[in-house]
Amino acid sequence: MKAAVIVFPGSNCDRDMAVALRAAGADVEMVWHKDAGLPRGVDLVAVPGGFSFGDYLRCGAIAAQSPVCRAVIDHVHKGGYALGVCNGFQVLTETGLLPGALMRNAGIRFVCKTVPLTVATADSDFTRGYAKGAELQIPVAHHDGNYFVDAAQLEQLRAEDRIAFTYGDNPNGSTGGIAGVLSENRRVLGMMPHPERAVDAGHGGTDGRGLFEGLVGALVAA
Amino acid sequence: MKARVQVMLKTGVLDPQGEAIRHALGALGFDGVEGVRQGKVIELDLAGDDAAAAEAQVTEMCEKLLANTVIESYKIDLS
Repeated sequence: MKAAVIVFPGSNCDRDMAVALRAAGADVEMVWHKDAGLPRGVDLVAVPGGFSFGDYLRCGAIAAQSPVCRAVIDHVHKGGYALGVCNGFQVLTETGLLPGALMRNAGIRFVCKTVPLTVATADSDFTRGYAKGAELQIPVAHHDGNYFVDAAQLEQLRAEDRIAFTYGDNPNGSTGGIAGVLSENRRVLGMMPHPERAVDAGHGGTDGRGLFEGLVGALVAA
Repeated sequence: MKARVQVMLKTGVLDPQGEAIRHALGALGFDGVEGVRQGKVIELDLAGDDAAAAEAQVTEMCEKLLANTVIESYKIDLS
């Protein structure tokens, strides 16, 4: 199973993402944002956290226009998988691959702490490693994690079972307490919390492992 | 030709930064500020002087990059 981790100027969770994917058994290649294409045979593209392009204009807005993002959009349109964490989630919403937008935290402050998350659906290759309703402890670290969708979109996400994770104690004002959301074909996941920062006992917790192991396991089997 | 693009959060979308400014104004003793919305202004210097073409072009820029129309609205002034 082959994964590509995209690196933008300002990405800072790219290597953590690669370590987490490799630990789960993926063959990982790093891809620089100016590269026009993805490596051949990539199953999963991971868009990591950080501050791509200094968060200029809006978080993720400039990254979403980079050449490699056009390749990511093509990859997803052909049925490929993509995972966006934190800034990566912001980038994927800016490309339109995921609905909604991420705004400044309702409490204005940068939030950096481990938070309880609830697995809202186990019906995706990203969340199949967990039981629905399971509670995880996963770190968040963001200033713009306030997920916004309007009431009609929220209704639609709920009806289509596309909310992957919700916050136990909404730290940023997200609509419906949404921490992670799936695309219509369930092959793209965006989430603000950092599962790659919870995959080793040295991180203080390993609740993120289920995501990487479940996902890599599903893609290896595919 | 110059284009001035004003980008604001849509009505109904909570603006936490505007709220923080409102609180700070209250703390400074400015009474009666009932609401604050913060936005941004982007100024563009454009070649050519065809206003209709410029308006069409800047509208496309807003839709594709300058505004996130999920949460933001924009207004274009040409001069």
